[in-house]
Amino acid sequence: MSTIISEGLMQAKAHPGRIIIWAVLLIGGLIMITPILFMFGTSFKDASQVYDMRLFPEYPTLDNYIQVLSDGRFLRWFGNSLGIATTVTLSNVFFDSLVGYTLAKFDFRGRYLIFLAILSTLMIPTEMLVIPWYLMASKLGWIDTYWGVMFPGMMTAFGTFLMKQFFETVPNDFLEAARIDGLNEFQIWWKIALPLVTPALSALAIFTFLGNWTAFFWPLIVTTSQEFYTLPVGLTSFAIEQSIQWEKIMTGAALATIPTLIVFLVLQRFIVRGIMLAGLKG
Amino acid sequence: MTEIQLEKITKKYGAIETIHGIDLTVTDGEFVVLVGPSGCGKSTTLRMIAGLEPITGGDLRIGGEIVNEHEPKERNIAMVFQNYAIYPHMSVRQNIGFGLYTAKMSKADKNKRIEETAEMLGLVELLDRKPSALSGGQRQRVAIGRAMVRNPVAFLFDEPLSNLDAQLRSQMRIEIKRLHQRLKSTIVYVTHDQVEAMTMADRIVVMRDGHILQSGSPTDLYENPSDIFTARFIGNPSMNMITAIATQNGLVAENGNAVLSVASPDVAINSKVSVGVRSHALSVGVPNGAAGLTLTGEILVLEPLGSETLVHIDTADGVVIASAPALHQLTAGQTVSAFASVENLYFFDSDSQKALMRP
Repeated sequence: MSTIISEGLMQAKAHPGRIIIWAVLLIGGLIMITPILFMFGTSFKDASQVYDMRLFPEYPTLDNYIQVLSDGRFLRWFGNSLGIATTVTLSNVFFDSLVGYTLAKFDFRGRYLIFLAILSTLMIPTEMLVIPWYLMASKLGWIDTYWGVMFPGMMTAFGTFLMKQFFETVPNDFLEAARIDGLNEFQIWWKIALPLVTPALSALAIFTFLGNWTAFFWPLIVTTSQEFYTLPVGLTSFAIEQSIQWEKIMTGAALATIPTLIVFLVLQRFIVRGIMLAGLKG
Repeated sequence: MTEIQLEKITKKYGAIETIHGIDLTVTDGEFVVLVGPSGCGKSTTLRMIAGLEPITGGDLRIGGEIVNEHEPKERNIAMVFQNYAIYPHMSVRQNIGFGLYTAKMSKADKNKRIEETAEMLGLVELLDRKPSALSGGQRQRVAIGRAMVRNPVAFLFDEPLSNLDAQLRSQMRIEIKRLHQRLKSTIVYVTHDQVEAMTMADRIVVMRDGHILQSGSPTDLYENPSDIFTARFIGNPSMNMITAIATQNGLVAENGNAVLSVASPDVAINSKVSVGVRSHALSVGVPNGAAGLTLTGEILVLEPLGSETLVHIDTADGVVIASAPALHQLTAGQTVSAFASVENLYFFDSDSQKALMRP
């Protein structure tokens, strides 16, 4: 065993190319993580230390956390963001995969046309859609409501496309076997097809959650009263109203990363490739 | 009573008809094998019986009732797929139990059924494993278990052994056959492998281009093929064919040097007749009695099988495969003659490909 390891190390040593790759990756990693460490570091500093460029504060304090968390607005925005991101994610996971499955596994007239229509919406930039969305929301009385924030993202063309591509890799034999076992079409999707694409589903859930958790532009436009703000919108208002208090902003941002970390840690274990092939010929 | 009847069944994809009005009755408890080359329509026929493929024309009856429009689950048949199709995210127990998903029975009863099935298939120790931890043969057994567990009226098998290696395949052949003997269930089995068809079937149905060519017991098909295709498809190695011309004085080889001492069958003079002979009936060496057919040529390849040796001979009438006793000293390149007696010869009309009465 030890011989194998030392041989492995020798091989690694013998590869200068690999050392360069490691060095580049290491530098890249450091560049990525420094702002995050700086954010956490600053959240433990008091106002007088903010412009002290040390990564770790000389006199760490929890005051910022106590102040931010005791401000009722922060918790409200945190809750808003969590509720909105979770609802939109669940909706995407359900509807995108249902539509993707239908487009991938059922043969019906106009299937290709519908798919093209869905796909073509990917080519329109969000900035162009914001005005029609706003007009629509205002006509329907959705301005300054949770539904107003959520409705444009409840289903996405990207998610439908992603799920369709994955469902196409599910062998029809599985679905036919279930059909013969007496399941209806919805049960086949729910009990058989969906579990076989969990890696794609997890990826879709992560993307959707992160996208909605950090969304700024549309929530800023569609909400006017503070009670409907999402966290990014709220944190910005924090910054503007109280002459810029970096330590508070960093504390809020640090707290805001927690759900994204949890989502990633929970879902990443499902992103295991190759599980689908296990039931087929060896 | 679980007779399956196909009456003038047709299948069209758009304007193209792939199954041309086939008639077939599978009686209760019968093991019927549909056999034929790829694209002959055997799998489509099976899928129409299962309800996975709509039927374009004709009637399909299961147990006397027309089921053309019935959903697969309403037909109460079970199917085993080539790719096994056992669900990778479920354990063996859940996979087998899945056959009972819609059954109205208590959990205890379901468990009892699952365990009985597992017992019968030797899967008891594997019940809590995931399919990824099973070998190919075990996976196929799980697939059979899932089919068996709900007591279907008939089993449909779609080339279930083609993904297994040769040794496992022959083992599973025996297992499926024993299972049929024990359960006495109606089975329709599709394969392109004539060995599977010969060893397992009560009745073989030979299909080609969407037609049924012949149906009968394995021995019947082997002994009395109705046309050249069946004659060559059933039996291994394939039946040797030599083209001859019918004359007043008997058959004469068309081009080659084959010596035929046989009267012409009942065809017009000067028409072409294909003369067939199986390898085991065409022996290299000294003729045993009067030879109906003598072929001479150079040995191309020798295939020693232990009990006998297959001898590929390049004759003027084409390459034929003859047999020789195992201990016979032969070498490639050597010129030899092979003999067959008249009663071992088959005659076919070269134009219609149909079998002719022996003269």
